[in-house]
Amino acid sequence: MSDYALDYGSPRGAALMGLRHAMGSPLIVLGASYVGFGSLVRSSGIPLPAGLLSTILGWALPGQVAAVELYGIGASLLAIMAAVALVNVRMMPMVIALMPFLRRPGVPRWQYVAAAHLIAVTSWVNSMQRCPQLPPEQRMPYMLGIGASLWSAMVFFTWVGYAITNELPASVSLGLVFLNPLYFMLVLVSDLRQRARALAIGLGAVAGPFTYMLSPEWGLLFCGFGAGTLAFAVDRLLAAREATS
Amino acid sequence: MMGAYAAILGGAAVTFFWRLMGLLLAGRLKPDQPVVLWVACVAFSLLAGLISRMIVLPLGPLGETPLTARLAGVAIALAAFFLARRSIVLGVLAGAGALVGIAAALA
Repeated sequence: MSDYALDYGSPRGAALMGLRHAMGSPLIVLGASYVGFGSLVRSSGIPLPAGLLSTILGWALPGQVAAVELYGIGASLLAIMAAVALVNVRMMPMVIALMPFLRRPGVPRWQYVAAAHLIAVTSWVNSMQRCPQLPPEQRMPYMLGIGASLWSAMVFFTWVGYAITNELPASVSLGLVFLNPLYFMLVLVSDLRQRARALAIGLGAVAGPFTYMLSPEWGLLFCGFGAGTLAFAVDRLLAAREATS
Repeated sequence: MMGAYAAILGGAAVTFFWRLMGLLLAGRLKPDQPVVLWVACVAFSLLAGLISRMIVLPLGPLGETPLTARLAGVAIALAAFFLARRSIVLGVLAGAGALVGIAAALA
């Protein structure tokens, strides 16, 4: 028996488990969201290769949607880059939070860069949940397994969405666009066991719309720093109280 | 045409920049350091705030649906998720279906 709560047998086993976790509900629901994205690409007048490049290089749906929507309404390149930068600034704390669990002597540097590139909601939430419980040599394979599986599958679904756009009634594409926030919401809700995390998610969800109304540009950053720091502080306070009582 | 590629590549470049910054700043941090837990809290709050903003104040075509229809969709998605023993697929389908149905009924 190993000392870890989770054990997939070997690095190879962990990579395959990542693939398996990608092939369940994420494949269906995220796939449908990317079909919606592909159809948005076409209706925004963007050629298919550019849409595929968006998924390959710009991986992480909310930023991809922001870039395509803003291009569709004729925004300038600078405005598009600024908007995507603000939507995707979360990548920095997401990478910082996961990396300490993945780091291990002897892992080639390209794997860290690949892991950083493949981080998106699904791969990150699953890895944050499982990697700390896995033996260290299985963590990077698990993360790359789930990340690369989803990434490559979603390139395909982007193409599907682009190809079938003209066949979709408006109400169906509306439903496809709504799938994405609902899916992200349920991914977060399914992992509320850790108190600090649950607090950060709850406070962030409440603060998000208000800080956005205060400032569409900087609202998300206020929300992340404000709600996240408050959640961290409350968790520490409760932990200290538990320790003394 | 070139504009579309510039928009996509420009967006991809700033996204990759944040990822690299994360790699550089993660440096030699250990998993059990308080700063790692704090950064994780900030990341979870950013994510939750973004998602709730996408639902409450959406850009694009969703913005034309009534807020009540979207909130009803969220409530039905959550109810279906828990009733169906935490099935993400059923939750999401029920919620999106509810939005489409309510929006059609109100139109």
